[in-house]
Amino acid sequence: MKSKWHRWPVHLALAPMFATVLLAYLGTVGWSVRMSFSSSRTLPIGDFVGLTQYVKLFNNERWILSLQNAAIFGVLFIGACLVIGFLLAVFIDQQVRGEGLLRTVFLYPYAMSFVATGLVWQWMLNPELGIQATLRGLGFEHFRFDWIVDQDMVIYAIVIAAVWQASGLVMALMLAGLRGIDDSLWKAARVDGIPRWRYYASIVLPMLGPSFATAFVLLAVGVIKVYDVVVAMTQGGPGTASEVPAKFIMDYLFGRANLGLASAASTVLLLTVLSLLVPWMFARQRAAARASR
Amino acid sequence: MKRPARLSPARIGLYAFLLGAAAFFLLPLYVMLITSVKPMEEIRLGHLFALPRSVTLEPWATAWQAACTGLQCDGIRGGFWNSVAIVLPSTVLSILMGAINGYALSFWKPRIGQWFFTVLLLGAFVPYQVLMFPLVRAFATVSLYGTLPGIVLIHTIFGMPVMTLLFRNYYASVPGELFKAARIDGGGFWRIFFQLMLPMSVPIIVVAVIMQVTNIWNDFILGLVFAGREHLPMTVQLNNIINTTTGERLYNVNMAATLLTSLVPLVIYLVSGRWFVRGIAAGAVKG
Repeated sequence: MKSKWHRWPVHLALAPMFATVLLAYLGTVGWSVRMSFSSSRTLPIGDFVGLTQYVKLFNNERWILSLQNAAIFGVLFIGACLVIGFLLAVFIDQQVRGEGLLRTVFLYPYAMSFVATGLVWQWMLNPELGIQATLRGLGFEHFRFDWIVDQDMVIYAIVIAAVWQASGLVMALMLAGLRGIDDSLWKAARVDGIPRWRYYASIVLPMLGPSFATAFVLLAVGVIKVYDVVVAMTQGGPGTASEVPAKFIMDYLFGRANLGLASAASTVLLLTVLSLLVPWMFARQRAAARASR
Repeated sequence: MKRPARLSPARIGLYAFLLGAAAFFLLPLYVMLITSVKPMEEIRLGHLFALPRSVTLEPWATAWQAACTGLQCDGIRGGFWNSVAIVLPSTVLSILMGAINGYALSFWKPRIGQWFFTVLLLGAFVPYQVLMFPLVRAFATVSLYGTLPGIVLIHTIFGMPVMTLLFRNYYASVPGELFKAARIDGGGFWRIFFQLMLPMSVPIIVVAVIMQVTNIWNDFILGLVFAGREHLPMTVQLNNIINTTTGERLYNVNMAATLLTSLVPLVIYLVSGRWFVRGIAAGAVKG
């Protein structure tokens, strides 16, 4: 049964996967990292300039701005999605009427593209004709909601759009986690006279730890990848005020033809992703090993 | 399930929160819909939330066949058919690859397979920007860059991690005895796959189709870079129409075009319901 010639169709069938991993993932990552140590502009050059591109990168104001934006966006987006998603899931889990309809409503934005999301919110936040104009027309003459054209506030406008799109995902993940918790826990807690909110804060919340970790990783990777919604909503503007790392890289790769610098930036992104991912995968593997023991 | 007979203050608060949240989530859809059927004169009044006084379907017609990107005024229909042409083969191919990979990994357990699979999963999280430029150059070398087969292959490559994971987990729940019995009956690799495993995989294939059609339809960056001018998907054309118009901006046409672009994933979502959620759970939670 173990004889080798039985197994060649297996390896043949997996050949596309092997090729994808080796060429499209490992090969490209290696190539990009290599380019980040070169002085390549439009075309790749095989020279070696050490960390020059990284020094240039971190002296680049636009890159620093894009990192700051990613940090602000990341903290607020992840925080808001987790809080809103958790609350929606808990409230929906109280045997409410129309549960199915509510779930559908909370999750539908997730089916929409980032581009459409950005464009809708661009329209709603339009200061001349959107929410601001409408409320002023209703008599609130000094009402101000012009974040999308305000250099200091535009990143918060993008947070609103992104939270609208993604918090339903967190709700779905949390709801699945909540349904996995045994009802008898609440019955026991009630016998002990523990109030409902306390039950959720002290018992349910810790038990949802794995769901939170998964949601966190998904959202965090989303933060690092964020591109479409910014391009659609503000094109990085006003000026460069809503620049984000992924857009910075795209601009330097294709618009400004600075391959070396763009590769250094993408290597920094990659290292960020790995530093988020490896502890999570490690923790999951340990949890799985413990469960199977 | 028991329902409480009386509405306590806490329940009222609960419903108020849920209804408030529902209103926030529905607001953009509502605004899109009413804006898309208002004539421009009404939009210029600046009553974003007001119902239209006169309903017109002209913006929809314009968005579909006459909206302009730069000098071209063919509407968004070209992008629609481009997206269809990209989504159909990409979905079929990526699911087939995922099913073969998952089947081979789950039942035949090749030793190096597990190692490759781990790297593949890590690959799912790598930002596209890291992989993009070398892939552009590689594709250009073999004349796939900017072609329909090229963008289909790109979607197959980037869909492979999640699709493989999906099918591997599904096959992990199939009893091993079934596979052993098929082996004893003399089934080979492909015969067991096509005659036994694939017919059993219908539920997970449905989930995979929902996931892939939605993801690929909503893709922007890959289509922008790899599809080439002739095959730009609908999302890219939508963004071009709205963000590069010179002259007066036709907000009603813009919203009609946005709705048209969102129609396919929204219909899939509404029709598929729980299956959509299952896809999220299967793709995200297990690992």
